[in-house]
Amino acid sequence: MTDATPFNAYAPTYAKVQSQFKSRRLTAFAIPVLLVLYLAYLFISFDISGLAARARMDNARILLADFVSYKTHVTRDNRSGQLSVTIEGESKATFAPNQYPDWMTTSGDVTNIDLGQGNLITYDAQGARYIVPGYGTIDIKPDGNRLRLIAPQPIPNWINVTDTRISVTTPAGRFAYSRSKVETFKYQPGWELFFFTLDSPFYGKSYGQLTALLTAERIDPARSNLAYMASEVWHNKMWHHGDVAWALFETVLMAFLGTMGAALIALPLAFLAASNFTPIRIVRFAFRRLFDFVRGVDGLIWTIILARAFGPGPMTGALAILLTDTGTFGKTFSEALENIDEKQVEGIRSTGAGPLQRARFGVIPQIAPVLLSQVLYYLESNTRSATVIGAIVGGGIGLLLTQAIITQKDWEEVAYYMILIVLMVMAMDTASGWLRRKLIGR
Amino acid sequence: MVDITFGPPPGDRPDLTNPTAAYIHQTRRKRLYGFILLILFVALIASGFQVAEDRNAGGFLSGLHQIGAFPSEVISEAWRNRANLPALVIQHFPSLIETVNIAAAATLLGGLLGAFLALGSTRHLARFPALTPLFRRTADIMRAIPEIVIALVLIFILGGGPVPAVLAIAFHTAGALGKLFSESAENADLKPVEGLTSTGATWSQQIWLGIIPQVAPNWLSYALLRFEINIRASAILGFVGSGGIGYDLKLAMQWGGGKYDQVVAIFALLFCTIVLVDQLSGYARNRLVKGH
Repeated sequence: MTDATPFNAYAPTYAKVQSQFKSRRLTAFAIPVLLVLYLAYLFISFDISGLAARARMDNARILLADFVSYKTHVTRDNRSGQLSVTIEGESKATFAPNQYPDWMTTSGDVTNIDLGQGNLITYDAQGARYIVPGYGTIDIKPDGNRLRLIAPQPIPNWINVTDTRISVTTPAGRFAYSRSKVETFKYQPGWELFFFTLDSPFYGKSYGQLTALLTAERIDPARSNLAYMASEVWHNKMWHHGDVAWALFETVLMAFLGTMGAALIALPLAFLAASNFTPIRIVRFAFRRLFDFVRGVDGLIWTIILARAFGPGPMTGALAILLTDTGTFGKTFSEALENIDEKQVEGIRSTGAGPLQRARFGVIPQIAPVLLSQVLYYLESNTRSATVIGAIVGGGIGLLLTQAIITQKDWEEVAYYMILIVLMVMAMDTASGWLRRKLIGR
Repeated sequence: MVDITFGPPPGDRPDLTNPTAAYIHQTRRKRLYGFILLILFVALIASGFQVAEDRNAGGFLSGLHQIGAFPSEVISEAWRNRANLPALVIQHFPSLIETVNIAAAATLLGGLLGAFLALGSTRHLARFPALTPLFRRTADIMRAIPEIVIALVLIFILGGGPVPAVLAIAFHTAGALGKLFSESAENADLKPVEGLTSTGATWSQQIWLGIIPQVAPNWLSYALLRFEINIRASAILGFVGSGGIGYDLKLAMQWGGGKYDQVVAIFALLFCTIVLVDQLSGYARNRLVKGH
């Protein structure tokens, strides 16, 4: 009996601990179960099982191949016999007859193309032949309205034959013959014409030759060779380096104007929303709700509304960022203001300072670190938002990127823009980090 | 050399016999620098604004009075057709659910991946300490890529629908959360890990039992904050490319006059959702971090 009394005294605690453990265990079990249930629901609602059917893996292959390589089209018009050699089939990248790449030769009607690894293609007056190593010769001759194919039987599945068109796809390249034209695509690694286009006098020169040209006689008497080269690169007709540089600048400009403008507007308004500076409850309440409203109406909606008033362009994007971030900054700044140390303000007041002087010398120095680090952080994150907003309002690198993606063929440009965007954001990240360390030492 | 040995000529030195004057002199100079910086900053903003305005289709001042025109047109049309609004809200509700689902799935996926990145890039905790810089750079690059880039490329491969948006947002989220998670894991107390090590626990047991319980509130609160951001991102992505309420909004906007009641219904849905999620997650985060 004497032993049981202390035990009974602990019984309620014991039961409580037991039940707490039980509920802990139950939550530990329930959370994963709920997550799995949610994921199962998503699996059905997002139709993941149908995804494999919808996915276009051939598109993925084209995209990846285009990211790192380019193709040269060698096309003969079968009606006129006209031969054209272009890069990516673009008319502004057409080789002049004396510029043909060294892997092809022409003499009279006969064109020889060497795709490498023994793959040889010949266009001549009778038709065209393709010698595939390890398979044999594919010989195509037009015969009236039809195409006659002579090739080792059975025809493998990488040769696609219809009455009017025969196409061959090998690891070395692609070849297609139709009644109107015969076409060969040769794939080569790299981004072609990145610095100089075909019509430029500097095309095809090695770095050594280019360096030698710097001191050589002027090609264009009006300017030095270096200035000429720089202008050829800047005005490159395929890659538009000048326009791309402007677009990057526009994106950074949108982020900069938006963030700084928002900070300048939010700072005075934050005083009106802080309880220790604005004793009138209704004013405080009104400004807080204003910040919440501006923040809650998303950047997307502001962008749409502003684009209607100001038209497309970088200023519209900057204003959209400005509006959204005024709400965010107003909220964080007013919270920082409410947390300041009153003693410093008190000290300034004791010298007979007015309200503006108290704010300038008693308050601002205290909140400056919070303020600066917030502004710099948002400057970096807004560079990313400006890319997206640019795609909607039609300004900056975001617009170039969406346009390049929508055409669905210039994937090497998409890769180029993606790399530039990542470099731009990382540069802004580094710059804002450096500034933060310089200004507030952390 | 003479300057270094003997210092600047006496006139340039602060006159220590009169500290007040020296102090005022110094303060004046500091203010002057501050003032010059301010002028430069204002000039930078003004010229930047000028450039942006020149490259814009419409000017700032000429557009300012039109700013209310579009909203008032939209609202007046919606007011005329106000009887339709409840039905339209119900009609677009599934798209809203899809947008929220995209954000939630992306936050879950990105959070999971971010946790792995964080554990890989935190000193003292990493399984392979030599690889921490690699994990960090990976997170940096994932963070730097805007969602829209990945989303548009994935739409080309996977077709429209929510999956490209989920993957794109999850990718960015993983980078962003990886950094925040690793910062809070760095501040975790290592004593529980030591205790577990002494019992012979494996690395995964050390992390799961020693670190995760410590960092869970912080991590959850970061993930919730990210969820708020991701709802906005998911709406924007819908507008630019794939599913959800953003896409509905784009269709209604393209139609122009006549469908403004739809636009208002979608705006209202989006606004209410964002505010609601902000409030709920703010409350939950307060409870998680401060414990009340």
